[in-house]
Amino acid sequence: MTRTTGSTTLDAQTTATLPGAEVLMRALVEQGVEVIFGYPGGAVLPIYDALFKQTHIRHVLVRHEQAAVHAAEAYARSTGKVGVVLVTSGPGATNAVTGLLDAMMDSIPLVCLSGQVPTPLIGNDAFQEADTTGITRPVTKYNYLVRKPEDLAPAVHEAFAIARSGRPGPVLIDLPKNITVGDAPYTDAQSVTPRTTRMGATPDRAAVARAVAAMKAGKRPLFYTGGGVINSGPQASENLRKLVELTGFPITSTLMGLGAFPGTDSRFLGMLGMHGTYEANLATHDCDVLIALGSRFDDRVTGRLDAFSPNSFKIHVDIDPSQINKIVHVNEGIVGDVGQIIAMMIEEWEKQPAYAHKADLEAWWAQIEAWRALDCLRFTQDNAADAVIKPQQAIQRIYELARQTGRDTYVSTEVGQHQMWAAQFFRFDQPNRWLTSGGLGTMGYGLPAAVGAQIAHPDALVLDVAGEASTLMNIQELGTIAQYRLPVKIFIINNHYMGMVRQWQELLHGSRYSESYSDALPDFVKLAESFHATGLRVTRLDQLDATIRQALEHDGPVVVDICVAEGENCFPMIPSGAAHNQMILGPEQEESGATISKEGQMLV
Amino acid sequence: MQVEVSGSAVISLLVDNESGALARIVELFSGRGYNIQSLTVAPVDEHGQTSRVNIVTTGTQSSIRQVKTQLERLVPVSRVVNLTAEGPYVAREMALVKVVSSGEPRTEALRIAQAFRARAVDTTASSFVFELTGSTDKLDSFIELMRPLGLVEVSRTGVASICRGPQTIQNF
Ligand SMILES: Cc1ncc(C[n+]2csc(CCOP(=O)(O)OP(=O)(O)O)c2C)c(N)n1
Ligand SMILES: [Mg+2]
Repeated sequence: MTRTTGSTTLDAQTTATLPGAEVLMRALVEQGVEVIFGYPGGAVLPIYDALFKQTHIRHVLVRHEQAAVHAAEAYARSTGKVGVVLVTSGPGATNAVTGLLDAMMDSIPLVCLSGQVPTPLIGNDAFQEADTTGITRPVTKYNYLVRKPEDLAPAVHEAFAIARSGRPGPVLIDLPKNITVGDAPYTDAQSVTPRTTRMGATPDRAAVARAVAAMKAGKRPLFYTGGGVINSGPQASENLRKLVELTGFPITSTLMGLGAFPGTDSRFLGMLGMHGTYEANLATHDCDVLIALGSRFDDRVTGRLDAFSPNSFKIHVDIDPSQINKIVHVNEGIVGDVGQIIAMMIEEWEKQPAYAHKADLEAWWAQIEAWRALDCLRFTQDNAADAVIKPQQAIQRIYELARQTGRDTYVSTEVGQHQMWAAQFFRFDQPNRWLTSGGLGTMGYGLPAAVGAQIAHPDALVLDVAGEASTLMNIQELGTIAQYRLPVKIFIINNHYMGMVRQWQELLHGSRYSESYSDALPDFVKLAESFHATGLRVTRLDQLDATIRQALEHDGPVVVDICVAEGENCFPMIPSGAAHNQMILGPEQEESGATISKEGQMLV
Repeated sequence: MQVEVSGSAVISLLVDNESGALARIVELFSGRGYNIQSLTVAPVDEHGQTSRVNIVTTGTQSSIRQVKTQLERLVPVSRVVNLTAEGPYVAREMALVKVVSSGEPRTEALRIAQAFRARAVDTTASSFVFELTGSTDKLDSFIELMRPLGLVEVSRTGVASICRGPQTIQNF
């Protein structure tokens, strides 16, 4: 754990008594906090006052507390630091709940500070009182209600340790106003022993050796990597590259793991799962050794469980013991930091007898190449100048033109078809560049996430690939973007539908498009302008590239309304309840698909 | 896939005695669809900082393993032992059983209570309150026998458990 004191004026050793809000600031500084995303209110006024009086921590004023959490998530995911949120009591805290669960599901380290009514009023239905620790208990890794001044600083230090340790996650600290106003002693981080120390496990070397032996025996091996590799830090991604290079095995990734391994490398088969590639899903189904690294066998990945990778020896590496054997029974479970375990795997691989199945591996690759030749993401774009733009075309060109800029690029998304197309078409060469709501699938994530990423990386190119429906869920963040002059580029893939809902209705509910049409949309160009941003619109193919370029070259915030074909579906698709080898392919790839079973209809 | 049989298990935990700790444990069971048959909790160290929680749950072996690993993730939980899986243990609970009757049933109730070594802790002309300590099975059968003899009310503590021999929950 690194401790940055970030301050020379604050002496961390003294245990002087200060107002609680100042103790809080000091503890945050000691934890290396540079930015807080927040929104003020009565219960946190003492904290805002303390913020005002200091210069170490920058506060970013969002326009809704949910957005504060998403911005902090993107900040955390794109930097590897802990994101920090500050909200007031009652409605401030309840507005943060969706964001906290989002961070919980995607294992994002956050500390959320919430105001609370003074301790003597707790339980009296006081103004803006909420049982915040009660409400947030299931959506946080841990939470505190600080009742005694002497608990304040230790709670902050422990909260950061909990947020970043093991499987990272959000921690909330509820701060009654009398605690932040009244005096409290300062305790430095070194004097606090966080309870996380009783958890950490050292990986079992023998289990790693057995896993590598199984890998050496594999004829059709496959790496299946997830967000855990990214959470483990850049070294884990480095190690993963080495291990794949060394073994020559193919690799697929979950939505959350994109970027841990270079998307442009020929060993990368693309994403697996419900909207994964043909080659990744068939390889998952047919492999004989499946090496799961920092991934958790989510239902979006496995499809029908009893048909998931039915003939493979399964190795599962995860920092969270409760993930092992939770959904899929595995043959070798290894608990610990995935980056460290990959490094151990490399050592073992070099130590054990040479891989003896090169010919089989070649045949396996030939099979994979044959699947790949189907070109499952291919779509047909009418090339007429005034042709309607296909959403896939729009996203592919955003990717290609952004890549041509050569700039370090961070990409956030909203939730829906555009998100899945972005996952399919964007190829990330580095970790921490892909910001999306995976576990919770929260519409409204993308715009505030772009805010967080741009705050963290002021000189980088930050793109938000959005849907017209999702983006309206946190559209007020255009205000934050304006205030801080954040040059984010928002590309609204406007298909006039909640496209993903429409797609399911087409496939599962007899094309009855119940309430999925995006009616009465705002004029996104004028909307952008009213928020002091540049608004662009494109409706024909021949203007697509020029418009994207114009947006990328502009040095301020831009909203691009890309009007695309309304009826496109996102393929390949494994219908709920189907197996990986029963994918529905696009109209371009004439292969028979599975029909959706009644059982599958009940799954979401 | 092999079919797993469902059984019951006694899980013992050591927990920091802080507000919300019990709620976390209980919500974990309800939120993830696990079942609690009985639950006991009380501080057990000299400073009252650590509580012991005993939970009787039912499920397949793999679901009980899941419960255990999930419980281990909770910050205030320092120890989780599945006593049923770890070897011999003692599990006891206490019941207070009220019987209102007269004549032959009343005499019969007293006779059975003696056979079970239950103590009459409250006696009136028309009622008894029996106190009985023992295994869950023993309490169940006592209560069944009392049912036709004027049983009107039962209060049970739930199970307290501990492993046999010199071993403790700390050194599993
Ligand atoms: C907060 C929230 N509400 C509802 C949903 C369910 N949902 C998933 S995708 C989707 C439609 C998104 O539409 P749009 O943003 O236009 O994206 P598209 O699928 O058209 O690309 C909906 C309603 C959700 N994921 N999140
Ligand atoms: Mg849409």
